[in-house]
Amino acid sequence: MTDGPVIPDFGQATSCVRENRLFCPGWVSDNWGTVLQPALVQHVKLTLIAVAVGFVLAFAAALLAHRHGAFERPLAILSAVLYTIPAIALFQLLVPITGIGVLTVEVALVGYTLLILFRNVLEGLRATPPEVREAAHGMGLTRRQTLLRVELPLALPAIVAGLRVATVSTIALATIAAFVIPEGLGRPIFTALRDNFFKTEIIAAGTLAILLAVAADLLLVLLQRSITPWASARRTAT
Amino acid sequence: MRAAREAVDIVFDGATKRYPGRRAPAVDDLTFSIQAGEICCLVGPSGGGKTTAMKLVNRLVELTSGDVRIDGRSVRDLDPTELRRGIGYVIQQVGLFPHMTVGENVATVPRLLGWRRDEIRPRVDELLDLVDLPAVDYRSRYASQLSGGERQRVGLARALAADPPVMLMDEPFGALDPITRARLQKELLRIQGEVQKTIVFVTHDIDEAILIGDRIAILREGGRLVQVDTPERLLARPADEFVERFVGEDRGLKRLSLTTLAEVELDPPSDIVTPTAGAETTLRDALSLMLSEGSRSLLVLDADERPRGVLTFDRLSELLQ
Repeated sequence: MTDGPVIPDFGQATSCVRENRLFCPGWVSDNWGTVLQPALVQHVKLTLIAVAVGFVLAFAAALLAHRHGAFERPLAILSAVLYTIPAIALFQLLVPITGIGVLTVEVALVGYTLLILFRNVLEGLRATPPEVREAAHGMGLTRRQTLLRVELPLALPAIVAGLRVATVSTIALATIAAFVIPEGLGRPIFTALRDNFFKTEIIAAGTLAILLAVAADLLLVLLQRSITPWASARRTAT
Repeated sequence: MRAAREAVDIVFDGATKRYPGRRAPAVDDLTFSIQAGEICCLVGPSGGGKTTAMKLVNRLVELTSGDVRIDGRSVRDLDPTELRRGIGYVIQQVGLFPHMTVGENVATVPRLLGWRRDEIRPRVDELLDLVDLPAVDYRSRYASQLSGGERQRVGLARALAADPPVMLMDEPFGALDPITRARLQKELLRIQGEVQKTIVFVTHDIDEAILIGDRIAILREGGRLVQVDTPERLLARPADEFVERFVGEDRGLKRLSLTTLAEVELDPPSDIVTPTAGAETTLRDALSLMLSEGSRSLLVLDADERPRGVLTFDRLSELLQ
């Protein structure tokens, strides 16, 4: 895979591109299929994998901490420590272990989702009011039934809230994946920075990242509304 | 529809609960029995162990020693989960599942027991109608859309869903406003008239116990049983000073509230006596009326407003002797 032209091809470029004006819509439409769209698709993939893997790990950890309180502190500390390592430093640390590739990027991105997801899932599982838990126990639900039928459904709002933050922050963070691999919306930004600070490309890719984040957030809000109908039920008590 | 189950008796036999690290037991050598189909109120001050004693029945609290038998079978020999599914459980804070509709809440135990869908649905509707929440209006609502009184009605319907022979109720009306509480107390008695469960009813309110209970068990600090008796006998013959204080200085008036004018022997009617009262009036209210009207007698009317007889002040005081 080539790394794109180091210097923009001024020979064919419009005056807007040549003069590096703030934003050239012509460049965007000319380069949509070759530069921006592939970067966007890669970006979505990077994010989806990171959030999905992060969610599975955080969910398992939160279930463990919910069941056995002794695990909560070590797991919380571990996820917090991962969160505090600067992303670029983490890439550097990981390269010797996981090599220069998608794995390095994903390991780092997953690492950053763990703190928020772990906390939110655990908080969600604990959101069941004590009287609801007592009623469940008193009616003869087993622990497992209480978890599956009561605690998990009631944890959904907190879980989806965690997924929203994790997804949006991963979309933002995934732009610096371009430090390691030529993928994602970070790539056109890095290229443009190298190419004499080509504004149109920076703005186009940056805007796409923002729009992607907004769209993902909106989707998750809609998801939450559809799976938690009770949360939006209007109070009509007389 | 599944056949309604016969009520069963509950026997406390030296039932004791001690928590580790505490000197005084929470429930101390409790021995008494609750007859099939009766409401037995457990009352007493906080620290009297009444809720703990109730929870020994469905093993939310495990016995330290002694036994509790339901229909002759020791709760120790039953699987706790199975046991609880066979006992209705109602608590003060209700604990409705907020993410389930009213109908789904009521269906909880039948579902756990593996009833078929076509059995559950009519049962849910029947129960909602029983607690005076029309199924068509309420089935699909969430708990957040109900008032406090409606929530406890759903709680009651949920506890009755699988037609358990035994019900445990832990201060079920304690969080409601006085008007709603009075209404639900009456409703409970009406429903009990239809379902005839063996009910253990915990309350700290002696007036509620007098109104609701067929019998009342009074527990005091340290989980000791002081007296088990009908409301009438408890008020007439308190076993000791503790019970006397607990039932209150006005126990004579409370006794009067247990009886209505329809239940007492009256003098022959006379047209000149005023004031008048209906036969369904309690003796307590009749006395209050006489006092406020400055009269020593009262004309009792039947449902058709025809004179039924005369109640005199002297007759009232005879009744209390």
